Amino acid sequence: MQIYLDNAATTKMSKTAIEAMLPYMDTVYGNPSSLHSAGQVAAEALTDARQRIAACIGASSKEITFTSGGSESDNQAILSAARLGERRGKKHIISTAFEHHAVLHTLKMLEKEGFEITLLDVHENGIVLPQQVAEAIRDDTCLVTVMYANNEIGTIQPIKEIGAVCREKGILFHTDAVQAAGHLHIDVQEQNIDMLSLSAHKFHGPKGIGVLYARKGIPLTGIIEGGAQERGKRAGTENIPAIMGMAAALEEACAHIDENAEKMTALRDKLIKGLSKIPHSILNGDAQRRLPGNVNFCFEGIEGESLLLLLDDKGICASSGSACTSGSLDPSHVLLAIGRVHDIAHGSLRLSLSEETSEEEIKYTIQSVTEVVEYLRSMSPIWRDLVSGRKEFVIK
Amino acid sequence: MALYSEKVMDHFRNPRNVGVIENADGVGEVGNAKCGDIMKIYLKIENGVIADAKFETFGCGSAIASSSMATELIKGKPVSEALTLTNKAVVEALDGLPAHKIHCSVLAEEAIKKALQDYYEKAGIAYDHTQFPDCESCGHCCGHEG
Repeated sequence: MQIYLDNAATTKMSKTAIEAMLPYMDTVYGNPSSLHSAGQVAAEALTDARQRIAACIGASSKEITFTSGGSESDNQAILSAARLGERRGKKHIISTAFEHHAVLHTLKMLEKEGFEITLLDVHENGIVLPQQVAEAIRDDTCLVTVMYANNEIGTIQPIKEIGAVCREKGILFHTDAVQAAGHLHIDVQEQNIDMLSLSAHKFHGPKGIGVLYARKGIPLTGIIEGGAQERGKRAGTENIPAIMGMAAALEEACAHIDENAEKMTALRDKLIKGLSKIPHSILNGDAQRRLPGNVNFCFEGIEGESLLLLLDDKGICASSGSACTSGSLDPSHVLLAIGRVHDIAHGSLRLSLSEETSEEEIKYTIQSVTEVVEYLRSMSPIWRDLVSGRKEFVIK
Repeated sequence: MALYSEKVMDHFRNPRNVGVIENADGVGEVGNAKCGDIMKIYLKIENGVIADAKFETFGCGSAIASSSMATELIKGKPVSEALTLTNKAVVEALDGLPAHKIHCSVLAEEAIKKALQDYYEKAGIAYDHTQFPDCESCGHCCGHEG
């Protein structure tokens, strides 16, 4: 038995996506850049997929660039805005403290080039306010980049309102929508989004394929040189099978977005309620304004990696923001950004549901997590200090 | 999981010597909650021999396995021999640890040394202070609390 609750890391491919890919590995294998008919059939498929994907997010097909995934899209969006800003003498970028590293590390690189970066506070509930963006904007601001929904704690940002602030001031607005696409409604027009990143494997599509949406008129800077694919903005033969799988997966996800969200939200809230009963535990991120499938807790007195290993023994696949699981000395920057102290952040657990998650799985998970936390606490010297009163609980 | 050897997983899943020794002859605590691992070792020493060893650990799988293995390695041994336990011996006994987890074995060695130092202090036995380096071999951020 395996209960997969790590859908924020990646998802299982849907049958629809797999079936949509197969012909493009088998019979329709031409290169869309080729003049002959085999190539032209592939080119037509590419055009079709681009239109369908554009339709899912309210864009037009010319605004869609295929990339290798979320990280590449984030890199290219930010670099494009930076190069554009640079030419106009604008070298200030606004973002938030809890962005994905694909954004933060790109910003760090630009900082070394002389850009100034403002990272906005995301508060204890994990939500940035449009007002903060408005106040941070300067004459030399060239880009605001704020994620649609956080990958660790699932909190949903006021994208439309932030977009409106940027639109009013004439500043480019990019959003990393990797966790949101296929799970939350996206309309780039209505939500004032200039650039957007998404990745197929987060909504039951294949890995290694994603999209960078850039509003008409925004010149993209190529980060891979070579051929003239993607209007010269992204060289390399298009991954047609993956693109077809992504188009099918996104269409399917968007067609069922409301019913999936409703089902997952109900289970998510059950899971939150169940885990809240564990003493000295705390939910990370706003309880309501979060992704339908995201649950993230901190448990005082234990460490996340040992929690994950023991849950894995019980068949539950989960994730943690502890340092030991990140391979660095510091725990998750997201948990630190919402004000969790190091000791507490090490004891974090992220469970991310899919629409296939069942009620039985949630019940079993609540029971298993409760048992494992209790067991690990029984051998923790910190827990002993806490219950004996030698140390004060951080989580009441 | 392929991250750890079978031996590590065995000692993690079924840790030996978990617990507390009341009125222990030596207690050593190392690590820091801020860094994500704390080990506490309790020793019962009779006639210069480690009659019993117990541990409590807050930390990752390899921290728990290292504590378990280290206590196993010193139980029944003379104090003089326990003092020579190295983190390398713990790693070898566990059939290896991933490179970024070696510090867990270092913590285990240090926790035992600290418990033995505490034993010398409590029993009023004169000892060579240079045998107890203060955490310098540890590449991890193991500042001591309190």
